[in-house]
Amino acid sequence: MDFALTQDQKMVRDMVREFAVNEIEPIAAEIDESREFPKETIKKMAGLGLMGVVIPEEYGGAGMDFTTLAIICEEISRVCATHGVITAVTNSLCAYPIYHFGTEEQRKKYLPALTSGKSLGAIGITEPAAGSDPASMETTAVDKGDHYVLNGTKQWITNAEAADVFVIFAYTDPEERHKGMSAFIVEKDHEGFSIGKHENLMGIRATGNCELIMDDCKVPKENLLGGEGNGFKVVMHTLDVSRIDIGAQGVGISQGALDAAAKYAKEREQFGRPIGKFEMVQDMIAQMAAQTDAARLLVYRAASLKDGGAERFTREAAIAKYFAAETAVAVTRMAVQIHGGNGYSKEYAVERMYRDAKIVEIYEGTSQIQKIVIARETLR
Amino acid sequence: MNIVVCLKQVPETAEAEVKLASDKKGIEMEGLPLQINEADNYALEQALLLTEEHDGDVTVVTLGPDSSDEVLRMSMAKGAAEAVRLAGPAFDRGDPVAIARALAAAVKDLEYDLVLTGCMSSDDGNTAVGMALAECLDLPHATYVTQMEMGDGEVTVGRELEGGLIEKLKMKMPCVLGIQTGINEPRYASIMGIAKASKREIAMKSASDLGLDEGSVGEEGSRTKLEELAYPPVGEGAEILEGTPAESSGKLAEVLREKGFV
Repeated sequence: MDFALTQDQKMVRDMVREFAVNEIEPIAAEIDESREFPKETIKKMAGLGLMGVVIPEEYGGAGMDFTTLAIICEEISRVCATHGVITAVTNSLCAYPIYHFGTEEQRKKYLPALTSGKSLGAIGITEPAAGSDPASMETTAVDKGDHYVLNGTKQWITNAEAADVFVIFAYTDPEERHKGMSAFIVEKDHEGFSIGKHENLMGIRATGNCELIMDDCKVPKENLLGGEGNGFKVVMHTLDVSRIDIGAQGVGISQGALDAAAKYAKEREQFGRPIGKFEMVQDMIAQMAAQTDAARLLVYRAASLKDGGAERFTREAAIAKYFAAETAVAVTRMAVQIHGGNGYSKEYAVERMYRDAKIVEIYEGTSQIQKIVIARETLR
Repeated sequence: MNIVVCLKQVPETAEAEVKLASDKKGIEMEGLPLQINEADNYALEQALLLTEEHDGDVTVVTLGPDSSDEVLRMSMAKGAAEAVRLAGPAFDRGDPVAIARALAAAVKDLEYDLVLTGCMSSDDGNTAVGMALAECLDLPHATYVTQMEMGDGEVTVGRELEGGLIEKLKMKMPCVLGIQTGINEPRYASIMGIAKASKREIAMKSASDLGLDEGSVGEEGSRTKLEELAYPPVGEGAEILEGTPAESSGKLAEVLREKGFV
């Protein structure tokens, strides 16, 4: 097993790190406070190819691999988890399913705009009554000949406030349960589509997280994605891919918190010496470093399986996401602890990181759902 | 218009604790991130902007260890067409003139209308290589350049002087210019550019490839020799301003006024 990054991956990491430190870190605290969606930086990122990482060049993407995408999500999240999840959602939850399941016409129509940053993407799975159990969703799509009519409400939708294109899941045949679910590409200007309440979240606060409301929303027939009745397949495969990037987000948050805590432990003096000289602080630093490295290797393993052409990587993606999420919460908690009173203040970034980390245990399948997946795959 | 940019890789020391190497001839490099010298990054951007506007290619040249390839590759990812690295033990420990002599030997065989360098390096800070390079190539030179206006076979440059003054010089091309930071906004490499750059070759040149006598470059070809690096003795006269932030900032303002800084 080769643990070394390729030359391309190292260069991308170096470039993204430089961009993140120069362009994103200075605004991270500000957008956390204001909840203002960071349109300008996302546009700049698109210009560097960061919104179409795995999409082939013919559709305006960079044609790179999933390991590179994970590295990008990690590096961005190291300084700002809000930008990290916007990157993950745009790449793997919107552009990727359109590429993977879309027709040639759909790819040509939507991907160049998404990859160039002309438009922003989002995905609508979760509903007020359908969280961990997406099969209980209530949104319906009725075939009206040349178009479908969608009715329902989606909740907790990252990017919603600023997005132009949404991959939306709805029942075309509610009787058939998950075999009656279908995916659609919905544009914000489609008749009957609107953005609802802007959520006031604990962390990742500038992600434009809103409700989506479809009230007799007319979606052209050609916007059906992956064929009627294949929605559950689309959602499951897409989540396998995106869990790698959300795992990478957890790794990035952890690394950012570890870096901040290590720096603070070297500078902060108590009892006449830097607190990093005390074994109880060292114990925390050691746990943080070991867990962060382990989470990173699990994310890389899942990504390299996908890059190697593996058909199934459900177990590995779930393990990576589960472990990275738990790590992010544990590591940021210790980072706040090392910072003491300062860590509890908005003056220090670890306060934001601790709040941001919590979402990683919740979205894209809670830690409990990941454990169900892991156990099911292990007991097969 | 073709432009040669001479640049180098330097350790990033702003955030790091710098430790002397055991032989006191350098610093411990382990763990220090390496990056393009800041002013050189502006020189590269200036060259890319000019060749985009006036058609032409940028060639980047460096003298340095294997890790310098990272800087050359990133330059190609941003748009440089060719990259040359002067490599080999013969070039080690050269002073600015010896480095310039080596660079001149590589540059003279290239096609160029301008040679750009950063105005200074953040590690050695000699501000001398560009000037010596111009001398070796027998070309006009200006440094701390913050403005450039292209004419027919000539360039008008603005040089940043103290007191907010700009000195305007008209220079015949080709010439060597030391570019000051802030002249433009350096770009980031796109990941598409990175993918393309990784497939490209870097031309390696040894002293003998360039027809250089080994005694004319590196430590042997240098008229200044590095004796040692050291920390200055801890100075006296530091004053700790006690009190609440409001009190100590008041005292600080007083000191600054007294010393004539404000």
